[in-house]
Amino acid sequence: MNTVEEIKSAIEAAVPDAVVEIAPNPNPSLQHSLRIAPECALAVAKFLRDDEELKLDYLSNVTGVDWPESLEAVYHLYSVEKKHGPVIIRMHTVNRTDQVELPSLTPIWRSAEFQEREIFDLYGIVFTGHPDLRRLLMWEGFKDHPMRRDYVEPDDFEYEPTPHDEVLKRAQAHQAVVAGEQESEGGA
Amino acid sequence: MSVTQSDSAAISGKLEGWNRPAAIEPKNEGELLEVAMGPHHPSTHGVFRMDVALDGERVIRLRPVFGYLHRNHEKIAEGQSYLASMPYTDRLDYICPITNNWAYALAVEKLTGQEVPERAEYLRVILGELTRFQNHASSIGFLIQEMGATGTPLMYAFREREKILDLFEELTGARMMVNYMRFGGCRVDASAAWLDRTRKVVSGLAGFVDEFDLLLSTNEILMARTQGVGVLRPELAVNAGVTGPMLRASGVNYDIRKVDGYGIYNRFNFRVPLGDHGDVYDRYMIRMLEMRESIVILEQALKDIQPGPVMDPKARIRGLRPKPGEAYGRIEAPKGELGFYLISDGGPNPYRYRVRPPSLINLTVLEDMCLGVNVADVVLIFGSVDIVLGEVDR
Repeated sequence: MNTVEEIKSAIEAAVPDAVVEIAPNPNPSLQHSLRIAPECALAVAKFLRDDEELKLDYLSNVTGVDWPESLEAVYHLYSVEKKHGPVIIRMHTVNRTDQVELPSLTPIWRSAEFQEREIFDLYGIVFTGHPDLRRLLMWEGFKDHPMRRDYVEPDDFEYEPTPHDEVLKRAQAHQAVVAGEQESEGGA
Repeated sequence: MSVTQSDSAAISGKLEGWNRPAAIEPKNEGELLEVAMGPHHPSTHGVFRMDVALDGERVIRLRPVFGYLHRNHEKIAEGQSYLASMPYTDRLDYICPITNNWAYALAVEKLTGQEVPERAEYLRVILGELTRFQNHASSIGFLIQEMGATGTPLMYAFREREKILDLFEELTGARMMVNYMRFGGCRVDASAAWLDRTRKVVSGLAGFVDEFDLLLSTNEILMARTQGVGVLRPELAVNAGVTGPMLRASGVNYDIRKVDGYGIYNRFNFRVPLGDHGDVYDRYMIRMLEMRESIVILEQALKDIQPGPVMDPKARIRGLRPKPGEAYGRIEAPKGELGFYLISDGGPNPYRYRVRPPSLINLTVLEDMCLGVNVADVVLIFGSVDIVLGEVDR
C-alpha cells in the first residue's frame, strides 16, 4: 500500500493539471486524506480506478460533512483486486449557500449513486453529472436539508396534557404562531 | 425460465461499457402497467416501495423508494455523546445488533487508539459469528417463504435462532437490543457456564445445517425458481459497491475478515465460499456455506478462549473526548461491509457520525438484476439481497 505522498505524486504525474493537497489526520487512526480540486476530480477518480498499481475499483463510502464555511464530500476507496485501502479523497464546495456544486463520481463508481443522492437530500450538495439526482430519504417537495447544522426543525406541535421543559417551550412557540396567524386572518 | 436466451444477451450487451442499467424496450403489445410494490407488500421485509413498470409480466423499469423508516440516526448521534450512540446502533440492523455494536466500537477504537483485551476479542468473535449464523439462517428462511414454502423452513431457522437469542439474553440481558460492546472491550464477562452452554448450542448447529441442506439445496422447485435468475456480474458488483454474501456469490473473493483481519480473525482457519454464477441460487448457497464456516470459527474460538479482563482498564468510556481527527472503521457484517466514519472536533459529541449501510448500497443493483424478469421473480431477487429497513433508511 502506497503512502498518501506517493499517491499524490502519482496523481500529479498522470493528471497534469490536477490540484491535490494532503489533509493530514493527527489522530491515532492515521488515515490521511487527499483534498482534490473539484475541477479535476473526474480525471483523478478515473486515474485512481484504472491505474495498474492502485486499482481502487471499489468505492465504499461517501460522506457529506457540513463545515462552517463549506460543504464537503468524502470518498473512501478500496481495492478489491489488490486488497488495499482506504485511500480517502475529499472535495469542498465554494460556500454553503449558492455555490454548492461538486462533480458526481457516479460515472466512475456506481456505488456513489444512492450515497450522493442521500447527500444531496440531507446536505444540499448538488452533484453535477449525476444521472438521477433526486431526494433519497426525505419526500419529494421537502424544502430544507436536515443534516445541516443550522437546520431549524419545523413547528411540529403535538398536544400534550402536561407539557414541560422543551416541550412546553415548543408548545408556547407554536401557540404564538397560531395566535399570530389568527390575528392576521381577522385583520384581512 | 423467465429470461430467454436472446433477452439476456441483449441485456448484457447493453450493460457493457457503462455502469447504468440497460433500458429495455417494451414490445408494444399493450399499455405498460405501473405497480407500486410496497410499502405494505409482505415481501418487502418492512416499509420499502418498488415502483415497477410492467409490460405484461416483464419488468421494464424498477425504481426503489426509500425513507419510510428514516429517523435521521446520524443527526441524533451528532447531538449526544459517543457512548450514548452505542445502544442506538442496535436499532440499525435489528437482526444483527452485535455486529453493529462491533463496527461502531471498532471505529471509536481507531479514533482513540484504544486496545482491546484478548478475551473481549474472543467474545466479540463468538457473538459475531453466532449473529452471522442466525442472520443467514433466517434470511434463507424468509427467501424460501417468499417462494411459497410457507412456514416450515423459516420455523426451522427460527428454532435455531431462538437458541442463539437465549444465549444473547443470558449474557447481555436482551434478546435483540443487546448494547453489549464498549470502546476498549465488552460490557460484562461471560461466565464459564455460559461458555459451556454456547459450546452445547454450537455442537448442535452443524446438524441443523445438514438438515436444512438436505431439505432445501436439491429441492426441484427451489432450483427451478432460483437458478439463472437475478444474475449479477462480478464487474458490476464491485463497481456498484456490493458487499457481503452477494458479492461473493458473484465470484469475487473479498471478505473483510480476511482482507483487514480486524480483531483476531487472523488466528482462525476458515474458508471464504465463492459462487460461480451470481444468481439467486448462488446467494442462497453462499449463505449456507458461510453458516458452516461460522461453525468452524466458533469451534476454534470456544476452544482457545482464555480467562482475563474484558475491558481495557485504561479505557475511557464515559466523557470520552477523542483528539480532533477522523477514523473509518469497517467490519464484515452478515449483510456486507458495515462501516462507521467519525469526525471528532475534540468535543464530547462526534462532529460527524456516518453509517455506511450495506443494505442500502447492495440495493443499488436491484434494478439491474430485475430488468426483463417476471414480476414474481422480483420478490425472490429482492429477498436474496437480504436487507433490513432499519439500516436502509436509518
